Amino acid sequence: MDLQLLSRIQFAFTIGFHYLFPPLSIGLGLFLVIMEGMYLKTKNELYHRMTRFWVLIFGLIFALGVATGIVMEFQFGTNWSTYSRFVGDVFGSALAAEGIFAFFLESGFLAILLFGWNKVKPRTHFIATILVAAGAHFSAIWIVVANSWQQTPAGYHLVQFGDGMRAEITDFWQVVFNPSFIDRITHVYMGAWQAAAFFVLSVSAFYLLKKKHLDFAKSSMKIGLIIAVVASIMQLVTGHSSAITVAETQPAKLAAFEGHFPAEAPAGAYILGWVDDEGEKVSGIEVPGLLSWLLYYDTNKPVTGLKAFEPEDRPPVNLVFQSYHLMVMIGFILIALALLGVVGWKMGFLFKTKWLLKVYVVAVLLPMAANQLGWIVAEVGRQPWIVYGLLRTKDALSRVVSTTEIWLSLILFTLIYILLFILFIYLLNAKIKHGPAGLLTEQGGQRA
Amino acid sequence: MIDLNTVWFGLVGVLLVGYAILDGFDLGVGALHLLTKTDTERRIMINSIGPVWDGNEVWLVTGGGALFAAFPEVYATSFSGFYLAMMLVLVTLIFRAVAIEFRSKREGKTWRQFWDVSFSAGSILASLLVGVALGNIAWGVPLDGRHEFAGSFFGLLGWYPILVGITTVALFMMHGAIYAVMKTEGGLQNKVRGWVNNTIIFFIICYATTTFATLLYVPHMREQIAAYPILFLIPLFNMLAIANIPREIHHGREFLAFLSSSISIFFLLALFGVGMFPNLILSNPDPANSLTIYNAASSAKTLKIMLIIAILGMPMVIAYTTSIYWIFRGKVKLDSHSY
Repeated sequence: MDLQLLSRIQFAFTIGFHYLFPPLSIGLGLFLVIMEGMYLKTKNELYHRMTRFWVLIFGLIFALGVATGIVMEFQFGTNWSTYSRFVGDVFGSALAAEGIFAFFLESGFLAILLFGWNKVKPRTHFIATILVAAGAHFSAIWIVVANSWQQTPAGYHLVQFGDGMRAEITDFWQVVFNPSFIDRITHVYMGAWQAAAFFVLSVSAFYLLKKKHLDFAKSSMKIGLIIAVVASIMQLVTGHSSAITVAETQPAKLAAFEGHFPAEAPAGAYILGWVDDEGEKVSGIEVPGLLSWLLYYDTNKPVTGLKAFEPEDRPPVNLVFQSYHLMVMIGFILIALALLGVVGWKMGFLFKTKWLLKVYVVAVLLPMAANQLGWIVAEVGRQPWIVYGLLRTKDALSRVVSTTEIWLSLILFTLIYILLFILFIYLLNAKIKHGPAGLLTEQGGQRA
Repeated sequence: MIDLNTVWFGLVGVLLVGYAILDGFDLGVGALHLLTKTDTERRIMINSIGPVWDGNEVWLVTGGGALFAAFPEVYATSFSGFYLAMMLVLVTLIFRAVAIEFRSKREGKTWRQFWDVSFSAGSILASLLVGVALGNIAWGVPLDGRHEFAGSFFGLLGWYPILVGITTVALFMMHGAIYAVMKTEGGLQNKVRGWVNNTIIFFIICYATTTFATLLYVPHMREQIAAYPILFLIPLFNMLAIANIPREIHHGREFLAFLSSSISIFFLLALFGVGMFPNLILSNPDPANSLTIYNAASSAKTLKIMLIIAILGMPMVIAYTTSIYWIFRGKVKLDSHSY
């Protein structure tokens, strides 16, 4: 395998693994604020236990997010050093802001969240919870700023530097509010809220099936459903808005979503399909004119297709197509599941319908998968560019790193991450099985 | 008269000092961890750094971010050039982080022993690697005309970088031992007091050896001091701060000893900074290829924007770091929230 492919595999694997955790900690942050807020307002012990339980889960997820996150920061330098030289001037400010404004906030107040129950007043603890949740949301802002800048560069100019060119900042706010930023950050937030909401639903449904911790499970489930409905419906809006921006700013990526090849023609959308990249054909179930209508509210309006681009400027189509369609399909399933849950709650069958609860237990995998798929769509759809239109992925690698070295590190990360994943699932499972009981009375001994 | 590049040289230095002082003691506690024998003692060790180690490590993350932003060429050259060494650093940091989180979650003896060893080995190796990196930067590494690293992984393991690495381990062990005295009581505290004396001796031997080695074999590190004799105050204060540590320990003033040890870390890194200035990575054997605060820097505009970010952000960071340490002051008491 060549250097480029190996470097991309390593980055994709490590970011994919890392991204199991941040959406959950961002979303659970919101849940903790709601739960602890309700406890302070109602003084109901149930909400206290709830907060305690989810804080423990949050701590575990957060630790893995931190451990796997440092790897990402390092890799910009270790594997993509030519890219780092090119974007450092623009990208660096966002990364530095992330450290100073978000990570310190998050990690500092996490100490109070996890260990401060008996050290500070309840109100102070609640403020710490809010700050941790805010820190988790802030940290997404800066990394999405940086990533969005790679998709839709703005507020920069190109300058000769050393033996090559680099991008230098001309306007900080244009860099931050680059054309795709708002759509993408809201899409990321809603994806995170969905992941956490369905995670809470899953654990609660599990307890209901086992007939354990019933009050806890029912209350958690109600909060989970409200967030699930809001986030899933909002996700439709942010997704739609993202697609319109992609059509304007990255037409080749948009064309890959639907495998739309003709240079300029009205375009349909596929329910299901398979793209023959070589033959430039799609076979599947198509709704004619739907893509044109979704983008311009006019079924006859032409959409720029892949043939408008030289073959070396096109992304891999089928991978993007499949990931995109799977993500959208999951999006609709999540809306249905969330609404069904609310109907079941109001009509009183939710907590006793076994098959439905079983569906919720496994449904947590759906938003997790959709988050991964969404990033595949965004990042593979950006190819062959690492910075859209400015720097190609193949020109962004480290010049001094060998394939042998990357093989070594890739094998190392694979082994370590498999170990971490097994341990994470094992401990998560143990915590869930242990449940929320006894969290308030237990003194000394092992941390529950 | 002081330009933005110099300011950022100083600010990256401040982040490095913050990292060395804060993560330094928790790496040190980790390095000493296996010297405790009972499970309760080990839990006390881990919980002495429990609420703060994560925030301490953020200084490294932010330092890396600041280096990327202010001096992208240095970030790119060093991280790609030291590829395997950086991967090793990552492995140590990952194992250390999850060891703290996982260790006390299960009862099993093997489980706990595995994570105890991971925690301690990760801490020692991470300290060693940080020191080896600094040693290489001081000694100089081969860079080509495009500022790319032209050496090999094993070329980074010269005697001088390894000496600096061992000195760093000794420094963090001493620093961590003093911190542990503040957080423990009773029998464990007596035991830790014994370590303090031993680690001070260990550190002073390493420190003296490194100082002589630097004076004899790395003469460019003393050029700035030779040119500006006022800078001689830095090694002087450094020696005074180190000499003060055993004195404070003798009088039972652990907090002042810890402060003294922190101040000596500050002066050690100041000495390193002064020796390096204005180079960031010295090219050896061809110094013309060195990366400096000018040929490796971001544009003046970026440096200015980041300065604003730093001026806005740092007071907040200092305010809540201080308040967290205040809230978790005093001896470690194990309870149901502890690791």
